[in-house]
Amino acid sequence: MKKAILGKKLGMTQLFDENGVLIPVTVIEAGPCRVTQKKTVENDGYEAVQIGFGEKKEKHTTKPMQGHFKKAGTAYMKYLKEFKLDGAADLNVGDEIKADVFAEGEMIDVTGITKGKGYAGTIKRWGTHRGPMTHGSGYHRGPGSLGACSTPSRVMKGKKLAGHLGVEKVTIQNLKVVKIDAEKNVIAIKGAVPGPKGGMVIIKDSVKA
Amino acid sequence: MDIVKELTKDQIRTDLPKLEVGSTVKVHVKVKEGNRERIQVFEGTIIKIQHGGIQQTFTVRRISYGTGVERTFPVNSPKIDKIEVVRKGKIRRARLFYLRDRVGKAAKVKERL
Repeated sequence: MKKAILGKKLGMTQLFDENGVLIPVTVIEAGPCRVTQKKTVENDGYEAVQIGFGEKKEKHTTKPMQGHFKKAGTAYMKYLKEFKLDGAADLNVGDEIKADVFAEGEMIDVTGITKGKGYAGTIKRWGTHRGPMTHGSGYHRGPGSLGACSTPSRVMKGKKLAGHLGVEKVTIQNLKVVKIDAEKNVIAIKGAVPGPKGGMVIIKDSVKA
Repeated sequence: MDIVKELTKDQIRTDLPKLEVGSTVKVHVKVKEGNRERIQVFEGTIIKIQHGGIQQTFTVRRISYGTGVERTFPVNSPKIDKIEVVRKGKIRRARLFYLRDRVGKAAKVKERL
């Protein structure tokens, strides 16, 4: 991993590219992030940096965390994440990471927590087919057969059934950076990104690039 | 201002005339053929304007060789060279879909003078 940044999803819009084609983009406020802690081989056995993003009031910060931020010399932050960056040794505590670490046209991976859908049936959760709504079928949105009868006389593990859907960590790979506003720390990414507006997202350089 | 809107601000075109439903317009569209570019004109009546900032579109309807043809253009598209308003129409609704069911003189929008 070469670079990573934390951001807030602001919403979606569209932008014209150089050929005049309208492309859908997700707008993300990425950074400014601060390095709050540095993990070293001597101390922790591996190299990494802990990055913080967002603002948090003092009354919402626990005393142990207040001490952690004071040690780093940064403001109280809402989100903290650790990344094993290649250049972790060159970064120091208190360093700022801004949206301009990425460039226009670069491929990235975006991680977020998906929107919660609650208790969902098999059609929404797994994309199974529906029964006939008419002609007296009486079987509309059910899960269908759960398996064979007396052999094995149980439902196989992993059978696709109804249950909780969403609120799950999802990474979308190979998205393109369309536009960057370094002054406002805003990144526009082609396509959709997991999570609601205002949700935290992690942007990393693409593993497939 | 909303950050999302601000991002699209520099792509929103201000050089075009005011578009109104019912107007007859000539839309000059840039068409790419191989590596040559030429301008194609599409003339007709605006039957719909769908607002939405950078996503704003308008639909132009014309009768071409006896067949109704509708084209929807993104207003802010760089492919639009220019738009000429030929005449304005006297209309009583925002969407002129009733024109689709009419032929001949009945399918005309009265001119607003």
